[in-house]
Amino acid sequence: MRWIWIDRIEEFRSREYARSVKNVTLAEEHLHDHFPGYPVMPTSLIVEGLAQTGGLLVGEASGFGGLVVLAKLSRVTFHDYALPGDQITYEVRLKELRPEGAVVEGTARVGEKLLAEAEIVFAQMDAQKAAAIVGNRYSNFRQDMLDMIRISQTTSTASNSEPAGTS
Amino acid sequence: MPTREEIFQKVQETLVDALVVEPEEVTREATLTGDLGAESIDFLDIVFRLEKAFNIKIPRGDLFPEEVLDDPKYVADGKLTAEGAEELKRRMPWAADHIREGLEIQDLFTVDMIVSFIESKLNQMAASQN
Repeated sequence: MRWIWIDRIEEFRSREYARSVKNVTLAEEHLHDHFPGYPVMPTSLIVEGLAQTGGLLVGEASGFGGLVVLAKLSRVTFHDYALPGDQITYEVRLKELRPEGAVVEGTARVGEKLLAEAEIVFAQMDAQKAAAIVGNRYSNFRQDMLDMIRISQTTSTASNSEPAGTS
Repeated sequence: MPTREEIFQKVQETLVDALVVEPEEVTREATLTGDLGAESIDFLDIVFRLEKAFNIKIPRGDLFPEEVLDDPKYVADGKLTAEGAEELKRRMPWAADHIREGLEIQDLFTVDMIVSFIESKLNQMAASQN
């Protein structure tokens, strides 16, 4: 399994805003344990989806040169559950950006229903330091994310009359 | 220019939000790491919040010169060496009274030190505007 918790980027405005979606499905093994007879998406993975959407926003600002690490959830509130069949929309706005770190604010929704709100602090490491600490896992994850962006560009063009803005 | 007390109150609010602690825990003498449980990533968060609260720019390493603390020449067994104390006094003149050889790193950064830093920063800005 790949550690990708967003299925597609729907809108991307560099250094400003990103919107992505995640489809919750019973094919995800963990839902059968969380919880038996009542599958709900773990809130930690909702946060991960927000962080991946935000991480792309932060990483893109520096040309994906380094490693963006979820460092801290300074604020998070969960309001509701995401169930199999739901499509979650993650919306993230960049609040602060510096070479050593960044802050984003985001929401997760299913339709109009608010699932979660969070403020996330990221640390940024240069590529050399990142490779020394996490080795191949860093370059593999980075490649998965870059592939996901490319797939998003293709699939949004295929399914929408107008392609998602990936400025 | 805000008074020292006004600066303290804003710093206190900032730390309550960033570290999720009670206001009464954030005394002037409280240490960020030892008393308030701050970890290294919190320093970045605190810098972001102080910039916003006081409408100032805090360049990397100005308030928390963490790269000094990573240098074995300056820190041994979690304590400042003589050389480390000298280096930090040079880098952080607003905290010179507090910094000494043998000071435990977890006791290095205090709430009052942030207040002094902000005060010196605001003074500098006021001076450069005149």
